[in-house]
Amino acid sequence: MNEHEHTWSIEAKSSLFDLKLNEVWAYRDLLWLLVRRDFVSFYKQTILGPLWFFIQPLFTTIIFTFIFGNLAGISTDGLPKPLFYMAGITAWNYFADCLTKTSTVFRDNAGIFGKVYFPRLIMPLSIVVSNLVRFGVQMLLFLILMAYYLLTGAHFSVSWAICLFPLVVILMALLGLGAGMIISALTTKYRDLAFLVGFGVQLLMYATTVIYPLSTALEKYPKYSWIIEYNPMTPIIETFRYGFLGEGGFSWPSLGYATAVTIALLLFGIVIFNKVERNFVDTV
Amino acid sequence: MIQKNNIAIKVENLSKAYQLGQIGTGTISRDLERWYARVRGKEDPFLRIGESNDQHIKSESNVVWSLRDINFEIEQGDAVGIIGRNGAGKSTLLKILSKVTAPTTGKISGKGRIASLLEVGTGFHPELSGRENIFLNGSILGMRKKEIQRKLDEIVDFAGIERYLDTPVKRYSSGMYVRLAFAVAAHLESEILIVDEVLAVGDAEFQKKCLGKMSDVSKGEGRTVLFVSHNMGSIAQLCNNSIILKSGVVDFIGNTNYAIKKYLAHNSHVESFIKEPKNIATQILSVLILNHQNEQKNVFLFSEDIKITTEFQYANRIPDLTFSIIIRDTNENALFTSHFNLREENNQLTLIIPKTILLPGNYFLEPVLHIPNIQFIDQIPNRISFQIEDTGGEHSIYNSADLGFLNSPAIWQ
Repeated sequence: MNEHEHTWSIEAKSSLFDLKLNEVWAYRDLLWLLVRRDFVSFYKQTILGPLWFFIQPLFTTIIFTFIFGNLAGISTDGLPKPLFYMAGITAWNYFADCLTKTSTVFRDNAGIFGKVYFPRLIMPLSIVVSNLVRFGVQMLLFLILMAYYLLTGAHFSVSWAICLFPLVVILMALLGLGAGMIISALTTKYRDLAFLVGFGVQLLMYATTVIYPLSTALEKYPKYSWIIEYNPMTPIIETFRYGFLGEGGFSWPSLGYATAVTIALLLFGIVIFNKVERNFVDTV
Repeated sequence: MIQKNNIAIKVENLSKAYQLGQIGTGTISRDLERWYARVRGKEDPFLRIGESNDQHIKSESNVVWSLRDINFEIEQGDAVGIIGRNGAGKSTLLKILSKVTAPTTGKISGKGRIASLLEVGTGFHPELSGRENIFLNGSILGMRKKEIQRKLDEIVDFAGIERYLDTPVKRYSSGMYVRLAFAVAAHLESEILIVDEVLAVGDAEFQKKCLGKMSDVSKGEGRTVLFVSHNMGSIAQLCNNSIILKSGVVDFIGNTNYAIKKYLAHNSHVESFIKEPKNIATQILSVLILNHQNEQKNVFLFSEDIKITTEFQYANRIPDLTFSIIIRDTNENALFTSHFNLREENNQLTLIIPKTILLPGNYFLEPVLHIPNIQFIDQIPNRISFQIEDTGGEHSIYNSADLGFLNSPAIWQ
């Protein structure tokens, strides 16, 4: 008997609450290799390589500054406009990337899922971690912009809440992961739901405090601002802004609420993902 | 019943159903359309009909049982072949065993890690180098990084790609690609290896190497091997036991040689020529092709005699009247001809093609009644084809190579 010898069984039904996390741990090497694969293949296929990571947030920031900041004149809580928008865009992009990429995980990996077994959760997890690289690069851009405004003496200050940054990143990742897994499970049955995702994410951005501060929303639309407040991404982005720029509607209860929603969505996502994963090969 | 401890895989009442039609159309809009049709009392616009695993029988329900109540046990260290026609459930069984899809009912239990090779090179990324792909593919198959590191030299050596280890695999020839992919899977430290038809790729030498490796795995290392192939030669060579699946149920489990015979016997159809006597004096009446038990067949084992019986009629004696049977390959080239000079007393003739003369392949025979170099008298309108199946002789390892048609009588000295 050697160390690998163990008994196993394959059954028709499995417990809904068996999250199979121990199996995911056993395959942790695969997770890193997949992240590496994503990074290397992205890098090798483009001439400019990681430069593309900069271009998108940079241009979005410029456009937002002109349209929403100058043309529409939406308040930025007294913060320098580009800095305000880039904070929102950087955080939002990470969440949105996690969500959209996770939501097509079954379709994108149908070939490999149909041929070999490994804990399927590895795939969405690797997506979330891969996107972390991109997020890191965009954070760098944001920090450079911060340094520029700091040197030119603009009015903003880093607050203590910057210590919550790791928590904010984890929340964004897990929220995107949870929601993405739920959508991915649904898209195996309904393909047209995939079209809704791109559009839905865009709409959701307007219901999040990416291009306007929470304070303005509360002030102008006191009746409807609950939509924005109940959106779990709002406290996350507000905390992010408050931490780095010193302005934003941060409060412990709202962050606690966002954490609770994230955990609930994540658990539900894993359960439904594991359920669909067992038979999804038969329906594609 | 004797309790056996060394069972590697135990399959109990395993069934797998595929639903047709009812499970949804794939899009919300179509499902709404279907719902609206139902509300108005119209027919379901997307219902698929007439689909069944047995394609000849129109089934009443939307459920197709790809596997039904499968039960078997596989002992540790056993090499088991899975034989069956397309649609018999072989792939489904392998998919369930590899945990790619879940069974509808039933249970499989087992001991030891499973490595399944349903496809060669799953997860290979063309942009990554050979080395990177070894690690990626190995870990997809369930190996730890350390394990792959330890086996790296062995894998590279087996695949024969030392020089190209750091070249992206998109630059590899397809042969190299397949060799590398098989090498990774073959070096996986698993107790159970499941292989699906991967040997259909690669050159003859590599196929020989793969079969050899799999044979080492089962016989030398005592690991359990499950092997699906359409090539009876490979199955015969590698597997001591076999399972025949037929329309989702187990038709036979046991000795491979017997299983192959049984499978081929069932799959054979009758090819013969029989006609009503016409009012001409001299003609061929029938040509039948039989095995040694006088059963009509068209598939024969390499190790089986082929018996061709013919009947003719001729009114008056024609000097030098000859009956000839020409054996041709599928390109119509004559391989050999057997002649018989007919005398009045024979209107029935039997020709035996002894076993191990014709190599595995497809052939057909052409009976001709003639007077050599003078007159052509009669032949049959349709060709009678037959097939020789491999049973695992020494040549079966070269199964894709062109070996010719006849077993060489030459002797090495």
